[in-house]
Amino acid sequence: MSAAHQSLLVPADTPVHHLAPQCKVAATALFVLAVAATPTGEYWPYLWYLLLLAAVAALARLPPLTLSRRLLVEVPFLLFVLALPIFDGPPSLTVLGVGLSVPGLHAATTIALKATFGLLATGILAATTPPPEIITGLERLRVPRVFTAVAAFMVRYTEVLAAELARMRIAAICRGGKARWLWQVRDVTAGLGALVVRSFERGERVYLAMVSRGYTGALPTALTGVAASRVAWAGALAMPALAAIGTVLAS
Amino acid sequence: MHIPDGFVSPAVAITGAAVAVAGLGMCVRRTQLELTGRQLPLAGLVAAFFLVLEAPIIPVAVGTSGHLLGGTLAVALLGPWLGPVVITVVTVIQALFAGDGGLSTLGVNVVNLALVPAAVGYPVLLGLRRVLPRGPTSTSVAAGLAAAVSVLTAAVLFTAEYAVGGAAGVPTGTIAVSTIGVYALVAVVEAVVTALVVRGLLALRADLVQVAS
Repeated sequence: MSAAHQSLLVPADTPVHHLAPQCKVAATALFVLAVAATPTGEYWPYLWYLLLLAAVAALARLPPLTLSRRLLVEVPFLLFVLALPIFDGPPSLTVLGVGLSVPGLHAATTIALKATFGLLATGILAATTPPPEIITGLERLRVPRVFTAVAAFMVRYTEVLAAELARMRIAAICRGGKARWLWQVRDVTAGLGALVVRSFERGERVYLAMVSRGYTGALPTALTGVAASRVAWAGALAMPALAAIGTVLAS
Repeated sequence: MHIPDGFVSPAVAITGAAVAVAGLGMCVRRTQLELTGRQLPLAGLVAAFFLVLEAPIIPVAVGTSGHLLGGTLAVALLGPWLGPVVITVVTVIQALFAGDGGLSTLGVNVVNLALVPAAVGYPVLLGLRRVLPRGPTSTSVAAGLAAAVSVLTAAVLFTAEYAVGGAAGVPTGTIAVSTIGVYALVAVVEAVVTALVVRGLLALRADLVQVAS
């Protein structure tokens, strides 16, 4: 998880960073579920969720700009949401000559808000927890071994693959290769095939080295983390519990 | 195609999660029997491959806005049980790190992206291989057609999920036309890419392609 993913981490020495990953993963998931269950047309709970997220972000000493930059991935989706008030049912009010429907406006606002809060919550998780720790956390949450083993290999190989891909792209550009149109797709896919084979042969060697050092499909317990204390669980789950109070009061 | 939080009703999200858990549970039971030696690193590599290729920083080479969905490719390389596991891992990591798709809608996304290629694409692939003459070219053509069918099925399913429990009241017809229209184009690209990657791999390392044997 090089460039694209590692940069999400904001290293710091805070209770949120030190919290056991399984607690953080569970708390994030529950918080997002609480937000997603908020009924349409109620807006005050989002203020409450924002307050909770802001408290956690402040505790983790995350710069607000870093978190909000994450919201950029939402832009194409927001363009779609913008269309809702225009096409959703008969127009009941007119703004700047465009007929808008009130239910459509409510739906669009609610969808955009929920997606935004999902992004902010997972953003805090990603900013305070490195990917290998998240996999450890998932393992602790009894996620089947196949998933965590595949995920661990994925983390291991992403770096190799990204470097290999960059190398091959530079080589292609040097030779004047510039795949832009559909009829050049053969260059791209042949390149992809070569990339898979090159990376797999490297990955195979990595795997054989691991097996010869005693890898059996699971990491040693020293690396798979420890059980979280009750205090850690209570602290982590307080956040989604407070959010859920807002959700229940709104519905 | 990754559905964000709040886009479908909680009922649809929960149903999706239940179907995803049931389907993946079956996959896990079957993979544990056959998870030997090289399957595991290959699965990890395929997952890393999708993650890198679907990262928004890398421009999609063929000039469309849709990125490779890859479900059918994963199924063709790893089989119908391990393939969905790999796509699920990628979907979860994308939701957690890249903000692509919501956590509460994870189940629905897993059904559309991981289970459809295994449940629809793989039988189509096997059926086509039986009809077409033997050989690497017809295997890759079959994989490409199966990929197109999977993408279109996912688009239809997405429309159905929206019709049942969409959080907005846009007429289903509008959504159906726009989604299926866009994904018809994506299906063509996906088919071409899948077929060519499978063809390339069959030529270079046929032992890495599960459907080759």
